Amino acid sequence: MSPSLSLPPLVEPAAELTTDEVRRYSRHLIIPDVGMTGQKRLKNAKVLVIGAGGLGSPALLYLAAAGVGTLGIAEFDEVDESNLQRQVIHGQSDIGRPKALSARDSIAEINPLVEVVVHDERLDNDNVMRIFEGYDLIVDGTDNFATRYMVNDAAYFLGIPYVWGSIYRFDGQASVFAPKQVEDAPCYRCLYPEPPPPGMVPSCAEGGVLGVLCASIGSIQVNEAIKLLTGAGEPAVGKLVIYDALELEWRKLKVRKDPNCRLCGEHADVTELIDYDAFCGAISEEAADAAAGSTISVTQLEHMLKEREEGSRDFVLVDVREPNEYEINQIPGSVLIPKGEFLNGNALEQLPPVDSGTQVVMHCKSGVRSAETLAIVQGAGYDDAVHVGGGVVAWVNQIDPSQPAY
Amino acid sequence: MAVSVRIPTILRTYTAGESEVGADGTTLAEVLDDLERHHGGIRARVLDDEGGLRRFVNVYVGNDDVRFLDGLQTPTPDGTQISIIPAVAGG
Repeated sequence: MSPSLSLPPLVEPAAELTTDEVRRYSRHLIIPDVGMTGQKRLKNAKVLVIGAGGLGSPALLYLAAAGVGTLGIAEFDEVDESNLQRQVIHGQSDIGRPKALSARDSIAEINPLVEVVVHDERLDNDNVMRIFEGYDLIVDGTDNFATRYMVNDAAYFLGIPYVWGSIYRFDGQASVFAPKQVEDAPCYRCLYPEPPPPGMVPSCAEGGVLGVLCASIGSIQVNEAIKLLTGAGEPAVGKLVIYDALELEWRKLKVRKDPNCRLCGEHADVTELIDYDAFCGAISEEAADAAAGSTISVTQLEHMLKEREEGSRDFVLVDVREPNEYEINQIPGSVLIPKGEFLNGNALEQLPPVDSGTQVVMHCKSGVRSAETLAIVQGAGYDDAVHVGGGVVAWVNQIDPSQPAY
Repeated sequence: MAVSVRIPTILRTYTAGESEVGADGTTLAEVLDDLERHHGGIRARVLDDEGGLRRFVNVYVGNDDVRFLDGLQTPTPDGTQISIIPAVAGG
C-alpha cells in the first residue's frame, strides 16, 4: 500500500461569506471536510477550464455551482448542433454563438456570484503562459494531443497543478498532475511520453463519444479540483483513474514519475514550449506526401461522377469510413472499405487490379483518413490514385446539403 | 488461461468486442505472443516495428506500469490481470 497523500489546500480562505452565500452553500457548509473554511477557499479560488466542450461543460457547471469564485473559460470554438448531444452547458439557441460566451451565460444562471473570465482565443505558444498565469488550478478538457502536451508543459513551467481528463467512446481516464507541488509526482509526459502517430488513434469527431461519459469524467475532474482547492481527502496525484462505461468499472492505477521524463525528469531537455503541432503531427509524413498533388475537390468529384455515369470515365470511389458512418450519409456511387482493411492488407484484393487501369478515388469524413489510405494504395502501385479533400463533410456542405452532416 | 487481459474500447475490433480475454505466458512478451495468435493484429498496436513497447500505450501488470518494472520481461504469474491503456485525447 502506498502511503496516503494529502496536500495542503491550494487556496487561502476568503475573509468571509455573505449571508446569501451561507444560504446558497449550506449543503457544503455542514460537511465537516468542507465547512465554512473550505467554502471560503473555494470563494477565493481561481480555476481555468480549458475547453467548454464535452468535459468542460459539466466541469464548468459544477465548479460554478460549488462556488468557485473566479472561473476562466479558454475556448475559441462556436456551438454546433452536433455538440448538444453532450455539451450540456450550451443550448439550442446558442448554436452559432461562441462557446465561451454561451458558457458564461449558463454560469451566470447557475451562480451569479461567480466571476467569469472569458478567453475567447485558441491556445497557442504565444498566449498560453499569459492566459494561465494567475490561476490556482487548471482543468484540462481539450480534445487533441497537441494542446494536451502544451497545457502540461505550460502548467509545469508556471508551477500550476492541473486536473486532466480524457474520453473516447466508452472509455474515460483522469488524473491530477502536480509535479511542482508533490515530490516524485508525475506529469502527463511521465504517463504518456509521446503522442500516438497521426491516424492511429481517432478523435471523438472520427470515433465518437458517449455523451454521458463526459459527465462521468468531467465530474471526477471537479471532484479532484474541489479536493485540491480545499485540501480535503486524497487527490489523484500519481494515480490514473480509468472508467469503462460498458463494464461499469472504475479502476485506479499507479502513475510513476519517469526519471527520464523530458520535461520533469533528471535530464530534462524540454525547457521551454515546443512546436506541439510538429510533435503530434496532424497527419503523417507519408500521408502528406501522398496527398500532395493527389487531392481533388468535391466539385471535381461531382464532375467525374457525371462522366462516369455517361461512360466517358472509369474509376472506383472508395469510402474508407466505418459502416455506422456510412449509414449517416454517403457520396452516391461509393463503395465502403473501412480504413482498417487497408491497414491489415485486406483492402487491396477488393480493389480493381493495378493493371486494369481503373483509377482509385478515396474519401472519408474530412480527408485525414483517406490521405492515410492514399499513401498505402499509392505504395501498392496505384500511381494515379487520388483522395477527396474535405471528404463527405465538404460534399454535404457544397454539393448535397439535403444529406445530414455529423 | 493463465492471465486475463483487459482490452480498451479502441482495440476491441481485434477481440470481437470482448473487453477481457484470457492468454497464456509467463512473461508479458509471451502473453502478447499468445494474444497475437488468437487476435491477429493486436500486438502491433502495443509494440512498435522494433518490438519495443509503444510510448503512447501503457501496459499494466496488476497495478503497475511495466515501463517501471521489467518491460516485456515482466513476469505474469497465473491469475495476473493485465491492462492495456492507450492514450486518448477526446474532450
